[in-house]
Amino acid sequence: MEEKVMIKLDGLKKYFSISKGLLKKSTTFAKAVDDISLTINEGEIVGLVGESGSGKTTLARVILNLTKKTEGTVIIDGIDVSKASGEEMKKLRSEVAVVFQDPAANLNPRQTVESSIMRPMIIHGVPKEEARQKAKGVLEMVKMDQRYLDSYPHQLSGGQLQRIAIARALALNPRIMILDEPTSALDVSVQAQILNLLLDLQEQLNLTYLVITHDLNVIKYISDRIAVMYLGRLVEFGPTSEIANNAKHPYTRGLLDAAPVLDPNMRNRKKELMTGDPGSLIKIGPGCRFCDRCRYVTEECRTTMPEDTVVAPGHQVACFHPLED
Amino acid sequence: MSEELLRLENLSIDYKVKDGYLSAVNDVNCVVNKGEVFAIVGESGCGKSTVAHSIMNLLPGGNEEISGKIIFKGKDLRECTRQEMEAIRGKEIGMIFQNPLDSLNPVYKVGDQMAEAILLDKVDKQEAWNRVIKLFKDVKMPDAEERVNSFPHELSGGMRQRVMIAMMLSRNPELLIADEPTTALDVTIEAQILQIMKELKDKFNTAIMLITHNFGLVAEIADKIGIMYAGEMIESGDVFEIFAHPTHPYTQLLMQALPSKTKAEGRLKTIDGSVPRITEKKPGCRFANRCPYAKEICFNENPEAVFVGEGHYCRCHMVGKEEK
Repeated sequence: MEEKVMIKLDGLKKYFSISKGLLKKSTTFAKAVDDISLTINEGEIVGLVGESGSGKTTLARVILNLTKKTEGTVIIDGIDVSKASGEEMKKLRSEVAVVFQDPAANLNPRQTVESSIMRPMIIHGVPKEEARQKAKGVLEMVKMDQRYLDSYPHQLSGGQLQRIAIARALALNPRIMILDEPTSALDVSVQAQILNLLLDLQEQLNLTYLVITHDLNVIKYISDRIAVMYLGRLVEFGPTSEIANNAKHPYTRGLLDAAPVLDPNMRNRKKELMTGDPGSLIKIGPGCRFCDRCRYVTEECRTTMPEDTVVAPGHQVACFHPLED
Repeated sequence: MSEELLRLENLSIDYKVKDGYLSAVNDVNCVVNKGEVFAIVGESGCGKSTVAHSIMNLLPGGNEEISGKIIFKGKDLRECTRQEMEAIRGKEIGMIFQNPLDSLNPVYKVGDQMAEAILLDKVDKQEAWNRVIKLFKDVKMPDAEERVNSFPHELSGGMRQRVMIAMMLSRNPELLIADEPTTALDVTIEAQILQIMKELKDKFNTAIMLITHNFGLVAEIADKIGIMYAGEMIESGDVFEIFAHPTHPYTQLLMQALPSKTKAEGRLKTIDGSVPRITEKKPGCRFANRCPYAKEICFNENPEAVFVGEGHYCRCHMVGKEEK
């Protein structure tokens, strides 16, 4: 079955320049997103995981064109974002929706829930009455009572706010949703509600999700495929079961081992704990970004950047010494 | 074999609010033994941090009413004078918080801040400095000799938390209260900090009261667990026992709400409704309005903690009756 590609990234780069010295003359670059290529098919949930500073959020912002890319192409639903005309861009804006981590921070505290949800529709030229009807509709989709339409954000709990944010994202009938840490600020029982809601919506509307999170349990639960980022590079990408059970990159393995397991009987399992901190994006050598923390490092790793190699169908890894089983 | 270190007896904390009392903590009982990790788990607002702060007498003061006993090494901390409490803080009970940056002075080098505490022991400066470096090595700080001269902003989140642990260690307390110590950290760093805490426990026989919302951490490190809901400790006991056989409906539901499988294996369980605001002492179980098994008695009578198994207590009307 030929699957429709919804998001295609090709050699995507985002470098932030940093001026140094008294006269700000010497410039270095923080390579927040460095040469990332991946495709996301229609109706698929791809999880993007990495530690803080690995460039996950920058990648999302570049895809959304909220941050200008340095190099490479972003093709969403067949449209090259950088070459899109005004008309096409407007279409894209309604097709790609985004939900951020802190729901309280992206709802206007002075506006009611109703006007927050209606706002994007008004901007896109939907008549007011129709927008009001739609606002009711999307609120129902996120399983919230109509009475909340007149509430202000401070009157609602974190879980309710996140539902509102999702409702607003749904207002323009998007086909792609980018979810940046959608449950990180929530309690366990609320997190379960939001995850279930996201999965239900995805099935009903055949949405495509890019879920960004640092929580491995969440990502293993929700994703079809997992992409692992480390300091701006995509180090491993593949189907969830492959990544969870058969990780080939030492970083992925370290990340999986570090994640606490919800079973006290497993606490003495064999773990390969990573040492050190996730390095800095500024001081990076020519080789593999992970070389300073990697226990299998060789001379080659320090001097050459490993290429992506395919180790199993759909499973790629960028490492000179992929782990054996 | 296990020697009792801290015992909370019928601890209740009420806050005075406009419309009466807000019962933040109600009738909490627990025992932390020497060298043991006791984890208090619960969702936001369940009162877990309030319990931790009350032990150290760090509550804001003014509008709270505390009843019950906080017995540390046979002495009720609530009857201690301010001077006595000052001697206990740090020296006998150490505490680390979620955000180490809030606890570190931004304009002093971390080494100097630590030396300050050590100098209380009336040692000379060189000796204090050497001890700082040794402690930095104990918590596996990379480049310990150089890092002592760093300012807090120059360190990463994981390193700052290491400084806090080292600082706490410098006084060598018998009890460490860790309030969400790894919540702000990445998983790989969290694993390192956990490792350090485990080593502490083994090396110095430090008891740890771990306050967290993360069941994963509990499974990794705790010996005993107490689950709190709306100010009450609804279940407590051995961590292996409770993970294998949770008895309180809230614990059961919460465990099933944790994503531990994949979506192919089905949706997560959710708990309907939300936590009630306890402004008056209403009768009845606080979880009753969300509990799928609630019966009439649950709304009328607050359940007592019943004995389920060895050291395993549960506050639920539905538990323990049928066996007896």
